Amino acid sequence: MSAITIRNLEVWFGVDENRVNAVKSVSFAVDRGESFGLVGESGSGKSTILKAITGLAPTWHGEIFVDGKTLNGTQRSKDFFKTVQMVFQDPYASLHPRHTVDQVLSETLYLHQVQDIDVRVIKLLTDVGLGSKFRFRYPHQLSGGQRQRVAIARALAGEPDILLLDEPTSALDVSVQAEILNLLTDLQEERNLTYLMVSHDLPVIGHMCNRLAVMKDGEILEVMSVEDLRQGSANHSYSKSLITASSASLSSI
Amino acid sequence: MDLLSVQNLWVKFPTRQGIFDAVSGISFNLGRERLGIVGESGSGKSMTGRAILRLIQKPGRIEADHIKLQGENLLDLAEAQMRSVRGQKISMIMQDPKFSLNPVMTIGDQITEAFLLKGSTTKAEAWAKSISMLEAVSIRDPERVMRAYPHEMSGGMGQRVMIAMMLMPDPKILIADEPTSALDVSVQRQVLDIMDGLVKERGMGLIFISHDLNLVSEFCDRVLIMYAGRIVEICEANKLHQAKHAYTKGLLNSLPRLDRPRKRLDVLTREDIWAKTDSLRSL
Amino acid sequence: MSELDVNQVTWREWLLTDEPTSRRHARLANFYQGWLSLRGNSMAMFGLGILILLLLVAIFAPILSPHDPFEQSLGNRLQPIGSENHILGTDSLGRDILSRLIYGSRITLYIVALVALIAPVAGLLVGTVAGYIGGWADAVLMRITDIFLAFPRLVLALAFVAALGAGIENAVLAISLTAWPPYARIARAETLTIRSADYISAIRLQGAKPLRIITKHIWPLCISSLIVRVTLDMAGIILAAAGLGFLGLGAQPPSPEWGAMISEGRRFILDYWWVATMPGLAIFTVSLAFNLLGDGLRDVLDPKDGG
Repeated sequence: MSAITIRNLEVWFGVDENRVNAVKSVSFAVDRGESFGLVGESGSGKSTILKAITGLAPTWHGEIFVDGKTLNGTQRSKDFFKTVQMVFQDPYASLHPRHTVDQVLSETLYLHQVQDIDVRVIKLLTDVGLGSKFRFRYPHQLSGGQRQRVAIARALAGEPDILLLDEPTSALDVSVQAEILNLLTDLQEERNLTYLMVSHDLPVIGHMCNRLAVMKDGEILEVMSVEDLRQGSANHSYSKSLITASSASLSSI
Repeated sequence: MDLLSVQNLWVKFPTRQGIFDAVSGISFNLGRERLGIVGESGSGKSMTGRAILRLIQKPGRIEADHIKLQGENLLDLAEAQMRSVRGQKISMIMQDPKFSLNPVMTIGDQITEAFLLKGSTTKAEAWAKSISMLEAVSIRDPERVMRAYPHEMSGGMGQRVMIAMMLMPDPKILIADEPTSALDVSVQRQVLDIMDGLVKERGMGLIFISHDLNLVSEFCDRVLIMYAGRIVEICEANKLHQAKHAYTKGLLNSLPRLDRPRKRLDVLTREDIWAKTDSLRSL
Repeated sequence: MSELDVNQVTWREWLLTDEPTSRRHARLANFYQGWLSLRGNSMAMFGLGILILLLLVAIFAPILSPHDPFEQSLGNRLQPIGSENHILGTDSLGRDILSRLIYGSRITLYIVALVALIAPVAGLLVGTVAGYIGGWADAVLMRITDIFLAFPRLVLALAFVAALGAGIENAVLAISLTAWPPYARIARAETLTIRSADYISAIRLQGAKPLRIITKHIWPLCISSLIVRVTLDMAGIILAAAGLGFLGLGAQPPSPEWGAMISEGRRFILDYWWVATMPGLAIFTVSLAFNLLGDGLRDVLDPKDGG
């Protein structure tokens, strides 16, 4: 059963001469419980696909199905927000600078019409590995990894089935990245979540995902399984060069 | 003789809670080699690079027994003399060329300016030298680039222009602070190869500061690992897998690897003792 | 160690803590740390001191004032500074200048408070709505802003006086109507920047409606720059009120408004200079105080915005 199905998606910005086609006729499907990666360099359109799914891309064309339901335009229903949530790339930009952690989580719970907000806030913090001592801190009093945990907690507040992860660890130190990736792995197992993860980092995608699509200039060049990735058996020359570039140095360590 | 000798370098910042040591008494030497300094954010690696060039703003303070460039202690120099060192004897490349290049001047104007400031060359000579410099960094259409503005260039090309500009005065040492972090993977290699070639050709010393252990291990001869302002490990780049310090081993283990799939990554457990031991001395 | 010492240490620690235990605690701690920053700026503290003094003078005017500000004494006209009973001298109707300055501070504060309440609030509303909603709402609101921006303050005041009669309330209205457009512009510019931030996208993905986003997410971020701007504008507002008073369009005689006092003293400026200069110095001091405080506030409030 498909969690997300994308058919012939086109996303563009601007009009006429200024039109930029960020995504050109992309199709793929993500199964329930699967972890699917979108890999590509900057400008490949991978993050734009996430924006189109969440309704943050103003102009798009094609078909997007989430949980079997068709999505249109930029309006999304409350049901959609309870099913799909997103974790953003930059932990320094995804939390409101004037809101405490408690405010961020409480407001989210309130918007999802959860009743026992106080209890749930504490539970969310524990679920992402933060103690209650972080509850009333402001973002500038948190490290990058801690902020990202809060962002994950916020995404989990409505108990979604699908998480869209936009380069969730790119802005973090290597040691912190390991913690966050482990957290995401644990959460997926506990809650049977479906992940659609965007990254430019092949080893991270290789670690987290079952299947992945390689993107360049707004198009999917190929879809492969993670075993293929590990073997280095790609069909497209661009994919091969990406694999070579990212694992070249590992042979020395 | 070593190109650079740093002994007991401290960088201190007074804060409301007391004095914060961004760099705590590190010592190392640099010969005609590629030295990598690896660390995470807050390790003090960028501060080290800046301290060598005495680019730390007040209220930060630099203290060291000495920072000797070919025998001459840079800390003894007056600010005016330091200016003739920066960019001339020691150059620095930073992460984002968009922030290092003047956005309202063409590339050509900026490169030739560097030339004209240095000595008595005519505009035509400076132009010719700039063109040859751009060719040396594998820019295929140097005339066009000379007339372009920084925002019209891609990241990779911008960094190559920066390398060209920074290497023009023929410095002895190049300090590169995360030079490829803002670049796509496919472009990174190109830029690094160019930098590598030029450094070898001119017999320069290179200090490569990065958070990317893999990159540094492949690109450098020796690696210094920094943590909490201290050097915790010094080793040859190709012997990194034999690293001794728990932090280095922890870092290596926490990287996801295509050739070694695991369900969970090893998480680095930080020991308090690492931040309290003295820095390792370079051999 | 006495019990008093223990309490003092605990208070400060409580406010400087890294682990606030409740929303109120977090807010107070944040405010206190901002206050510590401001306190380090001696110029700003000087400005703040003057303004506190102004407030106290206005509150305790009846006690502090040596004479009745309206009491005329034609035999005592134009007494110089340092006269017996009249430290700052008397004006052309024999009224004590010091007393009039003291009571005039109430009027100044009244004007300042009203304008500070009306103009930035109106600007915030218009600017944030225009910036967030965009499209035709933005176009319409910004054109309305432009229309008000085009009015010269004094000409508008003249129009009001002609239509509604002179008086301090109408002067305040005239000033507010011309003061709000820049705040709308600032608020709109800030909103445009904030709108594209990830934390706004994140709350939209929770199903938040524009009203919630504007009031709870955008306003808190705009308020700091507005506070700074208002404080820095205060000097101009006081001068505008004084200018209106000077023209006879603001506070009416015998009201001891500082601008009107300057106007009355204009005729005697060469021989009896203190009549116009004393209120002038008062205006200068208060304006300077606002500027110094505004600069200090900007240093405290703006850098954090980078977070």
